[in-house]
Amino acid sequence: MSDILSMTAVAARQALDNKTISAVELTEAYIKAADDTADNNAYVLRTSDKAMEMAKASDKRLAKGEAGLLEGIPIGIKDMFCTQGVETTASSAILKGFVPPYESTVTENLWQDGAVMLGKINCDEFAMGSANETSAFGAVTNPWIASEGPLQGKALTPGGSSGGSAAAMAARSTLLAPGTDTGGSIRQPAAFCGLVGMKPTYGRCSRRGIVAFASSLDQAGPITRDVADCALMMTSMASYDSGDSTSIDAPLPDLMDAFATAKNAGIKGMRIGIPDEYTVDGMPDQIASLWETGRKWLEDAGAVCVPVSLPHTQYALPAYYIIAPAEASSNLARYDGVRYGQRVDGASLDDMYAKTRGAGFGDEVKRRILIGTYVLSAGYYDAYYIKAQKVRRLIQNDFTNVFADVDALLTPSTPSAAFALGDESKDPLSMFLNDVFTVPANLAGIPAISVPAGLSSDGLPLGLQLIAPSLREDTLIKGAAILESAAGFDHVASGAAS
Amino acid sequence: MTENNSEQHAIDTSTIQKIARLARMEIQPEREQALCGELSTIISWIEQLGECDTANVEPLASVTGHSLPMRDDVVTAGNEPDAVLSNAPEEASHFFVVPKVIE
Repeated sequence: MSDILSMTAVAARQALDNKTISAVELTEAYIKAADDTADNNAYVLRTSDKAMEMAKASDKRLAKGEAGLLEGIPIGIKDMFCTQGVETTASSAILKGFVPPYESTVTENLWQDGAVMLGKINCDEFAMGSANETSAFGAVTNPWIASEGPLQGKALTPGGSSGGSAAAMAARSTLLAPGTDTGGSIRQPAAFCGLVGMKPTYGRCSRRGIVAFASSLDQAGPITRDVADCALMMTSMASYDSGDSTSIDAPLPDLMDAFATAKNAGIKGMRIGIPDEYTVDGMPDQIASLWETGRKWLEDAGAVCVPVSLPHTQYALPAYYIIAPAEASSNLARYDGVRYGQRVDGASLDDMYAKTRGAGFGDEVKRRILIGTYVLSAGYYDAYYIKAQKVRRLIQNDFTNVFADVDALLTPSTPSAAFALGDESKDPLSMFLNDVFTVPANLAGIPAISVPAGLSSDGLPLGLQLIAPSLREDTLIKGAAILESAAGFDHVASGAAS
Repeated sequence: MTENNSEQHAIDTSTIQKIARLARMEIQPEREQALCGELSTIISWIEQLGECDTANVEPLASVTGHSLPMRDDVVTAGNEPDAVLSNAPEEASHFFVVPKVIE
């Protein structure tokens, strides 16, 4: 059994093609792994019967030589993706009982490629959070534990908002996991759980059927065990979709080829920028030194690393915390107790709206709706919302300017390793600061990837981030392949199924 | 916004009540005081944007840089009232039912 669970998706695809395992055996192993690790609260809904049916269908296609890109690969789906006939709640009480009559484009792409659905996975409520603690289903526990230091013996966060997806990946109760990333929700949990996480270019993956948080920032992407799996899964998830007006009609570079090229030939001549402004106050020494080590790894593979400046970086987080709540307050206006979700009766229509929303939303979601409503309200719109949009352009210009000279940027993924559950949830501002390195790529709409690069002195995973210009996911895969080889990160979480 | 004065923009309970009403979202009275503190802290933190010079900068609403695609004005889906209403808290005769709005 442990041999099956230790295979990457690429290895499992090969084993399925070679008939050394069947899709049914693979799916059974993951269903058992999800049973064995249920304490981490990663899954909010299990669809094991459906998984077994899909696995049997995969075995038939494998036998006929009609296997798809992800044929037979068992996948747990973040509860932000609508799944036809399977309850989808965005981990919010207000959507309890919502059964979508349609499938999101991204998950449809996965099923079209032969993937097997294991169930729905916990996340922060409406993906608003950085610790997976705002979920109506309760917090998720990181399968990693601190081997020493002040966090030893404490339950840690897997990060958020794709915390359940990262925890399930680290626990080996899913083989791949699609996430969504509005300000770092794929990359930060991937970093906290020793995984690869990519937020592609805005528009690469269709937003159709993904529960909307902040539409100009939301982007789906893969969370995987390694870089090759990331290239594979990204290839399946990405598509042009006329059902999403901001979908990009441009071909995805051949990411598997980019991976192989970097492995074989290195990245000679690739220019990597090291942004001065990502050295932040209070950054732990081990993160600063890991960043320096990452630079050397890239140079050893032939890259040229140069210091660059992104002068408006410090304004990215405050701009994000105007734009994202503003868009959220507008998007979440649809939860009114009329067309779907929960309803609480009231004396009038307005009273019914207010009671329904008051009862259905959790504290963090309410806080963001209030901030969003405030910054969009009469008298404040120009001072806050338009100001933030102007700052957003300056941040995008910063990236455009440096990408005239470099192919990618190297930064830490997060300002710390995973922290204890409950530690930061009482202070919204310190929770926001988790996203300091990840938010700028969302504001600029450009792709970025987090790669596990080492362990902290406490034995917890740390990630390095690469950021590339629009549409250059291939550059990310190349750089990530080099970082991955050099880091040799082969640690497994103590809470992983075996 | 030009000056970084948190006192000036401190959010009081009447502001909380006003924006909660705009958002059609009930806030428990016992949460109002705590929300004043939380929102004031966040709003004064985001006011650091005031020190960023944005003169002659166009606001950025979309990163894609291209205009929205057009399509032919034809019916591509629809006539599925059962699917549309399948999640309605209350429905009757293929309509969503809401509390009476006309006195």
